[in-house]
Amino acid sequence: MDYFAQQLINGLVLGSIYGLIAIGYTMVYGIVGMINFAHGDIFMIGGFIAMISFLVLVSLGLTAIPLILLIVLLVSMVITALYGWTIERIAYRPLRHSFRLAPMLSAIGMSFVLTNFSQVSQGARVKPVPPIITGGYTLHEGPEGFAVQLSNIQIVVVLATIVLLAVFTWLVSRTRLGRDMRACEQDQTMASLLGVDVDRTISMTFVIGAALAAVAGMMYLLYYGLVDFFMGFVAGIKAFTAAVLGGIGSLPGAMLGGLAIGLIETFWSAYFSVEYKDVAAFSILIVVLIFMPTGLLGRPEVEKV
Amino acid sequence: MSAISARPSHAAQPSGSAFILKKALISAAVALVLFSLMIGVRTEAGPQGGLIYWTRFGDLAALVGTVFGGSIIIELLRQWWGPVDKEHIVPKPVQAAMSFAGRWLAPALLVFAFLVPVIFYNQRYILDLSILVLTYVMLGWGLNVVVGLAGLLDLGYVAFYAVGAYSYALLATNFGLSFWVCLPLAGILAAFWGVLLGFPVLRLRGDYLAIVTLAFGEIIRLVIINWQSLTGGPNGVSGIPRPTLFGIPLDNSDDGLAARLGIDFSPTHRIVFLFYLILAMALLTNWVTIRLRRLPIGRAWEALREDEVACRALGINVTTTKLTAFATGAMFGGFAGAFFATRQGFISPESFTFQESALVLAIVVLGGMGSQLGVALAALTMIGGFELFRGFDQYRMLVFGIAMVLLMIWRPRGLIGHRAPTVFLERNQAISSDLVKEGHG
Amino acid sequence: MSGDPILTVDHLMMRFGGIVAVNELSFAAERRKITALIGPNGAGKTTVFNCITGFYRPSGGAIRLTDDVGRTMQLERLGDFRITKQAKVARTFQNIRLFPGMTALENLMVAQHNALMRASGLTLLGLIGTPSWRAAEERAIELARTWLDRVGLLPRADDAAGNLAYGDQRRLEIARAMCTEPVLLCLDEPAAGLNARESGGLNELLLSIRNDQGTSILLIEHDMSVVMEISDHVVVMDYGVKIAEGTPQAVRDDPKVIAAYLGADEEEAIAVMESGT
Repeated sequence: MDYFAQQLINGLVLGSIYGLIAIGYTMVYGIVGMINFAHGDIFMIGGFIAMISFLVLVSLGLTAIPLILLIVLLVSMVITALYGWTIERIAYRPLRHSFRLAPMLSAIGMSFVLTNFSQVSQGARVKPVPPIITGGYTLHEGPEGFAVQLSNIQIVVVLATIVLLAVFTWLVSRTRLGRDMRACEQDQTMASLLGVDVDRTISMTFVIGAALAAVAGMMYLLYYGLVDFFMGFVAGIKAFTAAVLGGIGSLPGAMLGGLAIGLIETFWSAYFSVEYKDVAAFSILIVVLIFMPTGLLGRPEVEKV
Repeated sequence: MSAISARPSHAAQPSGSAFILKKALISAAVALVLFSLMIGVRTEAGPQGGLIYWTRFGDLAALVGTVFGGSIIIELLRQWWGPVDKEHIVPKPVQAAMSFAGRWLAPALLVFAFLVPVIFYNQRYILDLSILVLTYVMLGWGLNVVVGLAGLLDLGYVAFYAVGAYSYALLATNFGLSFWVCLPLAGILAAFWGVLLGFPVLRLRGDYLAIVTLAFGEIIRLVIINWQSLTGGPNGVSGIPRPTLFGIPLDNSDDGLAARLGIDFSPTHRIVFLFYLILAMALLTNWVTIRLRRLPIGRAWEALREDEVACRALGINVTTTKLTAFATGAMFGGFAGAFFATRQGFISPESFTFQESALVLAIVVLGGMGSQLGVALAALTMIGGFELFRGFDQYRMLVFGIAMVLLMIWRPRGLIGHRAPTVFLERNQAISSDLVKEGHG
Repeated sequence: MSGDPILTVDHLMMRFGGIVAVNELSFAAERRKITALIGPNGAGKTTVFNCITGFYRPSGGAIRLTDDVGRTMQLERLGDFRITKQAKVARTFQNIRLFPGMTALENLMVAQHNALMRASGLTLLGLIGTPSWRAAEERAIELARTWLDRVGLLPRADDAAGNLAYGDQRRLEIARAMCTEPVLLCLDEPAAGLNARESGGLNELLLSIRNDQGTSILLIEHDMSVVMEISDHVVVMDYGVKIAEGTPQAVRDDPKVIAAYLGADEEEAIAVMESGT
């Protein structure tokens, strides 16, 4: 039971990170209908920028951890968001009204560019970071000496996710920008006729998605204590799987899918085999889609004849 | 800002040096922020395990300067060339020359391909590269059946390549079966896996199908890595037998081909043999595909890409039609995989990553969906171009990614933007790609 | 209603969630006759079509088809592509669904898919190119040529379907449906968007399909000139139920029908009618 509770905590934390990345996929899909293959690498770039800015801040003599974290968060969000904006501008906008596959391949190309850009600019080796947020609580001491641990970093990850989700939900449902985004999702031509600046709205979608991915990258850095140039690919595929599992285009679905993938992975590793955890996650995706062809919360596609 | 037009009309686009300068400055500023930490600061794991860093402001400045200059040049070029969607009138002679070249390109390429081992007999590097290009041509033609003809998006094509390669490798090393026995088996096994995956998932639409095929590709790769007792895991399978000329080995043994013919043995014999083998396999793929297009099954594939609902209304079984496309593509992938295994003599999971799937897909899309000649040209361009950067090892994938983005922007519909009809009464005229759909599946 | 019905729709129900699109609809279409299904927008006509041709699975009721040799099939149990393949029911669509990137001829070849698949020995004979396959292919092209000629598109045979004019596309879609060699042809608003001359030509085409091919026709139409001129029997729907049926004349003079179209009470409708004539 204790072991189960511990895995539940671990799974939720991992799922939160996946969920944050998945939101970026699902938002972009909802608004421009393309799979942004470069999004996983945006997450990786976010992790790198968090790592570099942390290193620089510490070497500049800053000691107050909360202040450092706040600055790192802001810097990585801003710079990563600019990456998202630039990529949309360069690689996707010229292909907006083109064929479905062209922007997708452009995105795959962009993903190669980002992966190898960070490999070339920062080297291929894994970058370790010492634990920054330490300590935690023991929730329950089991009779066999197994204790359920809840570390501070886990609390931070989950709290940050909840806060961001709240802000994000407010943004989409209550602000002018959110309304424009939903309008563009429905019908871009109509939205532009009604005075919505479609280009700007799409840019903002990429900016917000990238900023959320940056937070996920920073959380990953804090939680696992390392970044490497290839981490975007695996995390990206998982998060994309999460977005599809939840029903691509659905924001709550992305978070739900993220949590589901995180939990599946953790429990599979804990009870079956670590080696096959990804196989389990992907297999469950296939099985779910066979029975629910549009994911858990996706709108069923109505076929107009 | 005008509310009606989503993007400003070209006529209203300002020109003039102030505008160009402003644009370049903005680009440079964006580049400065983007590269500030990633280029300006270099991090590395230090000797004690902690991180150290040093600054590279010189590189940063150079890069930002390049972006500034590049932006000016691009803007000038753009103004000189005019709006992208403007029709550029091609002079008559040029047009005639192009159409002439278009008609003779395919036969000329074919003749050239047959002559490659004669012309470059002593240049091992070129022969190896040609074999590589032809392998990708074959993979491209195989995937073209699925993506180009049937309009089904398959992001895990490499899985079938892997199934083919491992089928041959394991059958040959464990049971001593020869290449010529294993080749059809590899194709059949790959097609079988195609059907197994396709059956439950082919009713999924569009991007759902894409992610499922991607997941399938990853599952196959992960199983290969982890099922160590069967596949050797990350270490791969080595000592895969080389192909024989119908039982005659191509080595310097007494019953080898060279000895039997009474000529001096040269390792080039095997390379030339491999070259003609893959050329024959690729041409077979091409021939079958061209034949299939003119048969009801191939027309149904294309019809499926155009309009699935209409297909159902014409009494076409959409599920089996999709499955046959999937299985046919998978089979060609399996053949190519078996060839890859026998050529390398060693295979490991590293050869079957998502990057391979993406590369083959890029070849198909860049070729112009459905065009056999286009796919061949795209494979030549991509693989050949990729080789040009062999010297700049670590920049290779970077350049490759940039090239992919630029090529897509330059030709979103691919190199060959026409579809040839499969049957005609009077005139065999190509159909503009603007009319051709690309499918939803 | 007496005679020899080819299609009998019996208490057909179609619900979408809580909405009842078709409610207890019963009617019959006679063999070698043209039956029109009319009604105001949103009456549920296309839904009936989608049930008959297997795009929707009805919530209740039965759809029976008795073909020319006397076999009876329950269409609602066949479903999907089998309705065209086995029961020989073909259809066109309200918003034309051709294969735009394929030529007119290719469109008609795709329509003969099932026959050609058999002839090509499920592709194998065709791959080798046996004489029997070649002969079958020749026959298929000949059938396509005949239909192209009948709809007046023979000169455009090698043009992409997407490049044809709107009226030509409509006719090509009918030709494509006829290439499946159906016993029952279902046309969803074939005259929509046609000018007077084109719709006159359409009338002739449909009449000749009925008279020469002996194909029964069920059509949805808004264009009353088409309905009145060629249909043998008219079924009127409103809000998912049948409100009238009979000969074109009988239906035209039915106050309930006029009320449904004008959206008025029966009394008002009668008043309108009387003042109008």
